[in-house]
Amino acid sequence: MKVRVHVSLKPGVLDPQGRAIHHSLEGLGFSGVNDVRAGRLFELDVEESVSDEALDDMCRKLLANMVIENYRIEKVA
Amino acid sequence: MAFRSAVVTFPGSNCDRDLAVALEKISGTECIRVWHGDAELPDNLDFIGLPGGFSYGDYLRCGAIASRSPVMQAVIEAANRGVPVFGVCNGFQVLTESGLLPGALLRNSGIRFVCREVSLKVENAQSLFTSGYESGQHIRIPVAHHDGNYHADEETLDRLEGEGRVAFRYAEDVNGSARQIAGVLNAAGNVLGMMPHPERAIESTHGGTDGRALFESAIRGLVGA
Repeated sequence: MKVRVHVSLKPGVLDPQGRAIHHSLEGLGFSGVNDVRAGRLFELDVEESVSDEALDDMCRKLLANMVIENYRIEKVA
Repeated sequence: MAFRSAVVTFPGSNCDRDLAVALEKISGTECIRVWHGDAELPDNLDFIGLPGGFSYGDYLRCGAIASRSPVMQAVIEAANRGVPVFGVCNGFQVLTESGLLPGALLRNSGIRFVCREVSLKVENAQSLFTSGYESGQHIRIPVAHHDGNYHADEETLDRLEGEGRVAFRYAEDVNGSARQIAGVLNAAGNVLGMMPHPERAIESTHGGTDGRALFESAIRGLVGA
């Protein structure tokens, strides 16, 4: 089973990288971009037997830092 | 009683020797070196140091993988028993990632790696690690980091301030840290994490000796003068 885990900074947490990317987009002449937030995508290939609880646990214990980040689990196929 | 300290080396640590040398020069006793894969720490330690560097190449998040390594389970247990634990730079990141200290260290607000000497204000001069300083004293200590921007929610920041757990504050904005916090203590006062490197300011050839008092305080507090 393929699983995607999307990790993003919580709202309100400063994102200097997103800001720099935003600035660079503007430098390339793209207008109309209001904000950029950088995140992370993990693609996991897991056995069908791996439970939703276990996936959740993986996110909380390692893939995301719950102090600053949120995560979303997406089962691809 | 002889002072018994250990410094942990993770793959990618690069200030482990500096920290061990500072502890050895100031205590006069050998510092035991521990490897990240060790599941146990030496017995009867007075002090555990987590060094600066780039453990596991900063993969995932700074300090994230190191904080889940076998030795850290032993460090967490020791810290919870009251053994003093001191994390510098990447060691501070490992301490927040492990949950021994609150908050997180984000990318510097100015994006750039900052490598220079900065001025710090000693906020709490009552702790095991800071009793050799005066409250409000300004000291000069080098920093060298890319991810030193201390972040915690407002409630946590208020609690840290209220409980005297902000040990050091930058006297100027260095990296965008919330309330210019440079170093924090845990609730029991036996764990200190800080981004600046006091071990790089212990002899005059370093350009300054303002870091000495931190190690002297801890050693004096633990084994007496």
